[in-house]
Amino acid sequence: MSGWSWTRWWGIVLKEFRQLRRDRVSFAMVIGVPIIQMVLFGYAINSDPRHLPTAVIVHEPSEFTRSFVAAMQHSSYFDVLPALDSEALATAALDRGEVMFVLTVPPGFTRSLLRGERPDLLVEADATDPTATGMALSVLPELARQVALRELDGPWLKLRPADPPFGVIVHRRYNPEGITQYNIIPGLMGVVMSMTLVMMTGLAMTRERERGTMENLLATPVQPLEVITGKIVPYVLIGLVQATVILLGARGLFDVPFSGNLLAVYLAALLFIAASLAVGITLSSLARNQLQAVQLTIFYFLPNILLSGFMFPFRGMPEWAQRIGSILPLTHFNRLMRGILLKGNGWAEQWPHIWPQLLFTALVMLVAVLAYRKTLD
Amino acid sequence: MTIGNEWAIAVDGLNKHFGDKHVVNNLSLRVRPGEIFGFLGPNGSGKTTSIRLMCGLLTPDSGSGSCLGYDIVREAEQIKRNVGYMTQKFSYWDDLTIRENLDFVARMYEMPDRSAVVARALDELGLASRAGQLAGSLSGGWKQRLALAACMLHQPRLLLLDEPTAGVDPTARRDFWAELHRLAAKGISVLVSTHYMDEAERCHKLAYIAYGSLLAQGTAGEIVAAAGLATVCVRGSGLGSVAEQLERHPAVSQTVVFGDTLHVSGRDLPALQHAVGVELAGRGLGIEVIPTGLEDVFIHLMKQARDNFAGADA
Ligand SMILES: Nc1ncnc2c1ncn2[C@@H]1O[C@H](COP(=O)(O)OP(=O)(O)OP(=O)(O)O)[C@@H](O)[C@H]1O
Ligand SMILES: [Mg+2]
Repeated sequence: MSGWSWTRWWGIVLKEFRQLRRDRVSFAMVIGVPIIQMVLFGYAINSDPRHLPTAVIVHEPSEFTRSFVAAMQHSSYFDVLPALDSEALATAALDRGEVMFVLTVPPGFTRSLLRGERPDLLVEADATDPTATGMALSVLPELARQVALRELDGPWLKLRPADPPFGVIVHRRYNPEGITQYNIIPGLMGVVMSMTLVMMTGLAMTRERERGTMENLLATPVQPLEVITGKIVPYVLIGLVQATVILLGARGLFDVPFSGNLLAVYLAALLFIAASLAVGITLSSLARNQLQAVQLTIFYFLPNILLSGFMFPFRGMPEWAQRIGSILPLTHFNRLMRGILLKGNGWAEQWPHIWPQLLFTALVMLVAVLAYRKTLD
Repeated sequence: MTIGNEWAIAVDGLNKHFGDKHVVNNLSLRVRPGEIFGFLGPNGSGKTTSIRLMCGLLTPDSGSGSCLGYDIVREAEQIKRNVGYMTQKFSYWDDLTIRENLDFVARMYEMPDRSAVVARALDELGLASRAGQLAGSLSGGWKQRLALAACMLHQPRLLLLDEPTAGVDPTARRDFWAELHRLAAKGISVLVSTHYMDEAERCHKLAYIAYGSLLAQGTAGEIVAAAGLATVCVRGSGLGSVAEQLERHPAVSQTVVFGDTLHVSGRDLPALQHAVGVELAGRGLGIEVIPTGLEDVFIHLMKQARDNFAGADA
């Protein structure tokens, strides 16, 4: 058993870089996927969507309610559909997803408003997509205040208080939990990196086997660890580039705040990159051909997406799913990113999300080295 | 180890199975330092597998052996450093240039003065002007020559060449064999598998395997002598039907058509001559006794082996 050689290691690194540079499709994927994802998500997860279809049920129309509905329309958040003016019609439309909101002005609303009794408006919101409804809902009280200021002048001036003259009660239906947009961007970073990095490295070794070049590699004195780590290096850089693209996008498209420090963000990214690459290399040692490598990647990728808290709230999952989720690097990376970006957490608070990733990487890497076959058998 | 000095390759009783297929059957070989050893056998006979066993790329199921004095199972690392193995299928990187491929190999063997080594190899190959071309865009023969240059780059003491000249033009093949003899003269040992008879005749020693078993070993002369075949050459036209007719005669063990001549071989020369004379009387064909060629012997060996193994398989 001969020792580690930097010359051989660097030879592998160079070769991998050169091949990657000529592999247009992979190269495009590595750089293009995060950009495309960012742009797509930039429009898909519009955190401030407007013109949401709305049904308004007014039991006793008055000057005030007309003015309020006009103000809703004018705010551009709501498109009031005048045909849906009965409760039955409106509820059915909400069920079918044809409207996002049903605003109900209860009987006697105007009268009790004028008496200063602070009556309530009822809003039912389709909260299956909370990011879509969130902003619109939050402008409602402000609308109410402005309409009140404008309408309640003259004899009613004494009623014009600092707080809105009436309350808005919101029922979030279908999904009372709600995920915020900030959850998605750090998550997206992890998702993009684990998808492309695991797949790229997953293909790295199987490609050699499939093309027959593995025989040549095995015939040279190069060591398993040199091959494995050498093949990883280019992808570490690629991972960092992807992280940067997403961070820039997070800032530019989503205004995700940066409370923490940037060095911590990159260290966290490196940690996650290492975990993803270890998985990729292991998969490629296990897979017999490139197709299998891709299948294994997806097999790894799905639980990561579903159980890491990226798609569904982690706390909402059953116990066993949470347990699986807390093994996965993406879960910890998501929390790490949220902690650093949004809360500005320090190392002490982060440690519980660091060591699981370190342990995971070490174990998976061990499997990779053990699974690396030094012969063709 | 004494064996290391005496033999470049010494393997004993190697066996290898793939599933229930016995691919290498009790293979024992000896190759001397400075010897060019030809490895022949029909397709699927186990040549490539045997070579992989010898350079540590496959582990034998049983048997032992050494290359350059290093054990083929335990000291595969040492063997890899000192042996140049050229795979049958081109296995360098299509998406690297010629220079990058050679440079990569040089790095794998930690060669000092890398760029000079690579430049020299490119010069000798005659590829210096195309060094920046992707290896994948080379023609088949040129790929073969690149592979050969690459596997000799680290100046190995033993070359294991798996059909190195398949698809290479005659001039390049002649140059290649001249080079092999130059290397052998310097004490480098070569084990080379081939399907070409002219190449077999240029080897110091030969081994012929079929169905994983070694059927003959020795110099070309020894192998021909050991086969104990006599051959008669028939010259003329319409040889196809003549061959069929002769094939049925008990004194004839095989017939091979070479263009306008027909080689008829059998174990017993007088009986063979008699048979040919009787069967072909009055046809106006030229008949003469010739020395049995290597090709006649190999075809004979292959046929015998097929008969034996067909019986064994049933
Ligand atoms: N990895 C493998 N798995 C299963 N069977 C194999 C494997 N490699 C070779 N074989 C089988 O072993 C037998 C011998 O193959 P090998 O490649 O050694 O023959 P060869 O003499 O080199 O043939 P050729 O002249 O065509 O190159 C063949 O029947 C082949 O199908
Ligand atoms: Mg072969």
